[in-house]
Amino acid sequence: MIIGVLALQGDFDAHRRRLEELGAEVVLVKKPEQLDQIDGLVIPGGESGAFLKILGEEGFQKLQEFVCQKPAFGTCAGAILLATEVTNPPQEGLGALDIRIRRNAYGRQIDSSIRIGMMQGTPMEMVFIRAPRIEHIGPNVEVLATEGNDPVVVRQGRAMAATFHPELSDDTRVHRAFLDLVESSK
Amino acid sequence: MSQNNGSSSSLRLKTGLAEMLKGGVIMDVTNAEQAEIAEKAGAVAVMALERVPAQIRAEGGVARMASPKKIREIMATVSIPVMAKCRIGHFAEAQILQELGVDYIDESEVLTPADEAHHVDKHAFKTPFVCGARNLGEALRRIAEGACLIRTKGEAGTGDVVHAVKHMRQIVSEMRGLTILSEQELYARAKDLQAPYELVSMVARAGKLPVPNFSAGGIATPADAALVMQLGAEAVFVGSGIFMTDSSTFAEPAEAAKRAKAIVLAATHFRDPKVLLEVSADLAGAMKGLAVAGLDEAHLLQTRGW
Repeated sequence: MIIGVLALQGDFDAHRRRLEELGAEVVLVKKPEQLDQIDGLVIPGGESGAFLKILGEEGFQKLQEFVCQKPAFGTCAGAILLATEVTNPPQEGLGALDIRIRRNAYGRQIDSSIRIGMMQGTPMEMVFIRAPRIEHIGPNVEVLATEGNDPVVVRQGRAMAATFHPELSDDTRVHRAFLDLVESSK
Repeated sequence: MSQNNGSSSSLRLKTGLAEMLKGGVIMDVTNAEQAEIAEKAGAVAVMALERVPAQIRAEGGVARMASPKKIREIMATVSIPVMAKCRIGHFAEAQILQELGVDYIDESEVLTPADEAHHVDKHAFKTPFVCGARNLGEALRRIAEGACLIRTKGEAGTGDVVHAVKHMRQIVSEMRGLTILSEQELYARAKDLQAPYELVSMVARAGKLPVPNFSAGGIATPADAALVMQLGAEAVFVGSGIFMTDSSTFAEPAEAAKRAKAIVLAATHFRDPKVLLEVSADLAGAMKGLAVAGLDEAHLLQTRGW
């Protein structure tokens, strides 16, 4: 199973390390043509606006085709990229997840925090850094984890997103859930 | 439930934001218009300044923290992180910047130092700090004081990459050197480096700094960005190189936007000469710059701090 990590910018190396620990073969994806070689894609944390600028129109289209056909998992900026609707300010989304997501919803860096949420009935440490918040979910979106009243890990078909950074905690459950999704989609 | 108070979780949040900036370009800006150009070009953050380093160098005088009004204006304009500089040792400027809500504070040699012996105790702040370094000892002293991100000092405001290269090579080679030392030798080396043994030992085991390591100080072209990234920088700060044509003239906005975009793409594709050629081919030129070799020792900014 080959997992790509989008490596335009951001904490792609933290995802690479986590996925390799879990036994996946990892490719850092910088060019659209590399998408043809992978079974699933992780879109890391970083600046979602910068991702869009670096992708350009052609890269964005290729990525959109990919996430329609194969499993994708985004954290923080990656979750923003996968959404249908983005606010604060509005920007383009790939539309793989029927959610409305608000950028920098908790405030600035001074408001970043480590919180304890619940993943499928069990507590989980969650690192929120200038994090977005999912404000609305469509009828086909499944909530896999919550923090307070907020959905923080969601899934729809082959697409999965976390508004926090599981790659910066020791708990491997979110990445394992994605690898299971990739395995079952093959 | 928030677990914000423990110092180790605070450290993880501070380095965590630096992790998100990796592979990106942080651009110096002096007003909202420039900040918008930077964000549109794909900058991962902006550094809010009163004057860019090339202007500070040309105009002289005491360089201080930018006015809160100006920083606020920039914070209101862009959605990417906003950094701002305080003078070395000026913890009151840092307190003001934290109160203002900037996302990162750069305790910077580009401004006129406020203390000849002490840097800011950065552990005392919730806002993360970046600091400059010329060598491993300096980097580890700053980390011991609480810096969560290190950048090379280079020689700011010159557009001459030579010292950014020198400092990155120095830090990388000193780190590599530690990995082959015995435990006993590490104690002696910590003394030479004037850095805490615990940090020296950590670098010896990991072969890299415990915080991200970026490059700054003279990067002016896409090729410069690719050079320092290939030498080990995990992201780049570009100061005067985007918005200046020489030390007192601003570039046309369209030209600045082009340069900014080109450097962003160069930082992502730093090992891909095909892309580097493509993004370089379209540029009209770079800032005129100052050769560092021709500067008097007294005019160097990098010797500030210790």
